[in-house]
Amino acid sequence: MDAIETLPIQQLDAFKGVKKVPLEEYFTSGHRTCQGCESALVMKLMVKAAGPRTIVLGSTGCMYVANTTYYSTSWVVPWMHTQLGSSGSAGLGTAAALKALMRKGKMKEEPINVIAFCGDGGGADMGLSAISATLTHPQYNVLILLYDNESYANTDIQLSGMTPYGAHTTFSPPGKAKRLMHTRWKKNMAGMLAAGHPETKYVGTVCASYAVDMMNRVRKALMIGGPTFVHSLDPCPKGWDYDPMLSHELGELAVETGIWPLYEVENRVLKLYGRSKGIAEKRSKRKPVRDYLLRQGRFAHFTDDDIDYFQAKIDDMWEKWLIPGVIPFWKELEKDQPPA
Amino acid sequence: MAKVVEKAQQEKEALISGSEAIAVACKLADVDVITAYPIRPYDTVMQYVAKLVANGELDCEYIVAESEHSQFEIVKHASAAGARVFCGSSGVGWMYAFEALTVTPALRIPMVAMVGNRALDDPGAFGVEHNDALAVRDLGWQLVWVDNAQEALDTALIAYRVAEDRRVFLPCAIACDGAFLTHSQALTKIPPQEWVDAFLPPYNRGDLLLHPDNPITVAPQVNEDWLMELRKHNDEAMKRSKNAVIPEAYRDFERIFNRSYGNPFFEEYQTEDADIVLVGMGTLSMPVKVAIRQMRKEGKKVGFVRVRWFRPFPAEDLAETLGRFGAVGVIDRDYSFGSPHFSGVLATEVRAALYPAAKRPPVVGFICGLGGREVTVPDVRRVSEMVFKAAGGETQPFITWMGIRE
Ligand SMILES: Cc1ncc(C[n+]2csc(CCOP(=O)(O)OP(=O)(O)O)c2C)c(N)n1
Ligand code: SF4
Ligand SMILES: [Mg+2]
Repeated sequence: MDAIETLPIQQLDAFKGVKKVPLEEYFTSGHRTCQGCESALVMKLMVKAAGPRTIVLGSTGCMYVANTTYYSTSWVVPWMHTQLGSSGSAGLGTAAALKALMRKGKMKEEPINVIAFCGDGGGADMGLSAISATLTHPQYNVLILLYDNESYANTDIQLSGMTPYGAHTTFSPPGKAKRLMHTRWKKNMAGMLAAGHPETKYVGTVCASYAVDMMNRVRKALMIGGPTFVHSLDPCPKGWDYDPMLSHELGELAVETGIWPLYEVENRVLKLYGRSKGIAEKRSKRKPVRDYLLRQGRFAHFTDDDIDYFQAKIDDMWEKWLIPGVIPFWKELEKDQPPA
Repeated sequence: MAKVVEKAQQEKEALISGSEAIAVACKLADVDVITAYPIRPYDTVMQYVAKLVANGELDCEYIVAESEHSQFEIVKHASAAGARVFCGSSGVGWMYAFEALTVTPALRIPMVAMVGNRALDDPGAFGVEHNDALAVRDLGWQLVWVDNAQEALDTALIAYRVAEDRRVFLPCAIACDGAFLTHSQALTKIPPQEWVDAFLPPYNRGDLLLHPDNPITVAPQVNEDWLMELRKHNDEAMKRSKNAVIPEAYRDFERIFNRSYGNPFFEEYQTEDADIVLVGMGTLSMPVKVAIRQMRKEGKKVGFVRVRWFRPFPAEDLAETLGRFGAVGVIDRDYSFGSPHFSGVLATEVRAALYPAAKRPPVVGFICGLGGREVTVPDVRRVSEMVFKAAGGETQPFITWMGIRE
């Protein structure tokens, strides 16, 4: 077999603590995101982790519309918009160009990071096919980062395939005849991509409430080579309907309740990390999902039954899934087995 | 800009199809990134490209995409990062990529694409219709129709030269009639690499290059503040393409390759003394030319104008030329339901081009050969009879669908 050739990769070792993180910003002033917007923080940390020799592509959504007003772009690194469903293709095309031009001597050879980001709507709904395809191309170095604010936020908070069960969005308002207009369960995006793309060297979930952990996962994903995927859960004060000062706390609660498991699949090896590791190893107890749900206006119409249902699903995730928090196949329970 | 070339270099001749001719042009143009997705009839070009790559004759990133939308998005971004790119599609595949096609000219991406013209099924049909390529006519794509393998090869080289000219920076689609051109072989001259290098400078994206050394923000939110000015930039680029860059490219092509296309925008066939003229695009030139030779033997002086460049459209030149004849018959291999007079697209453009002209002969429209149905010599003769009547002052319908079963 011909060897799979990739371009050289930047050395991006983990930051050993917050004090070792450089002060330089590559996503700065000029943006117009809501107060408390966690996705804006994700952009800032993502490109801080990557450094200046980076090209960023971003699909349509809040992180395009609010960040790149003509003449006041917040990007210090080169940045280009891509179509809503095109983050996978944007990353692939840019990486392919660098590879061709450097190999053919048309561009100076040097390691350049390519990051394509997308929202949950752009990435997990519309762009799923292109992201999946990109993850099957081992010869191109490209990170796809999905910032998941759990709705089509930019267009006024409509439900996506990543919106949690029952949430109130402008396309799923609670009404007199139907209290819950949205009864689909959120896709397991990172698990699906990790399981479905066995040659992809890195798939990880992150939450910016744990900023250094998050940046180090971005650095790992960039340094490992080939196409990689990072999924970030981003509290969104406008879409989730809470006081903007709670963004950080809600991120933590998502992890502590077990709703958002933190894990990475690195060179095919699965590791849960942070609080999620303790939860999986039953060293730390999960907080009740009620603590998380009732802090957000989008669940204000929930009854106790709704909360119990939600809790039961999260319990299943940690107690019944074959790989707790990651892969939703159930273990074959003893009682279901035919008598011996 | 073009260097002096050694004419001692010889062209080779090969029996190749229109699709293969464009694959050869990709190799000669040293394209950097190519994306493929299967749909007949265009996909033959990618089969030839794949062979060139597999045999080490073409050094490029060759990516089989998972849809046409991705196919066009990938090369769009590769071009923004400085790569020369090639792409293509047919029929509904081209339409599947439509969002990407829409933003490509707006981003000033000089992509070159091949459209293997195909009917937009449903209902299922593989054959040629021009509606696929025509769908982008208002968006900033340059659109050129070719009618044989030689012209396909030459025009692909010219397309890169024009699209990548900094005065233009707009994409160019080369439209090739499905089957009649994509799959038909003809003896084709393949120029030596030195000539191509003298004709086609490297792609230089300049201050629009997306690179850490040039940290620009591409496609920011401009809204009502700036969008109109940016649209006007594209309009000016299209004008420069028409008035300067295309004519220059054909002049240089003729000088370096010793092959002349006359007026770059349209071919004239037996028009000098013609009483009436037929107008069309693509491979229907074959039955039209055969019919014209027959009719001339009978003393009926018919000429033919084959439009190559539909965008930019050569309105003034074409109007002046068509003004010389008693009547004009436009044969469309497309439809435009609900359009003025329910005409074909080309007929409507020709009428618009003629409106301000000093001499305005009657224009009779025909819809022919949809879904790959053959346009026959008798069809062309019937068309000509009606155009002769129009020239004689006998009013003809604005539009006639030829050979329709009742
Ligand atoms: C093809 C297409 N369809 C619809 C839209 C309208 N649109 C613009 S932004 C957006 C929301 C995208 O949601 P998401 O990817 O989750 O990003 P967010 O806005 O939440 O940051 C939509 C639907 C579009 N730009 N393109
Ligand atoms: S709507 Fe949400 S994601 Fe969008 S800018 Fe506001 S807080 Fe950020
Ligand atoms: Mg979203």
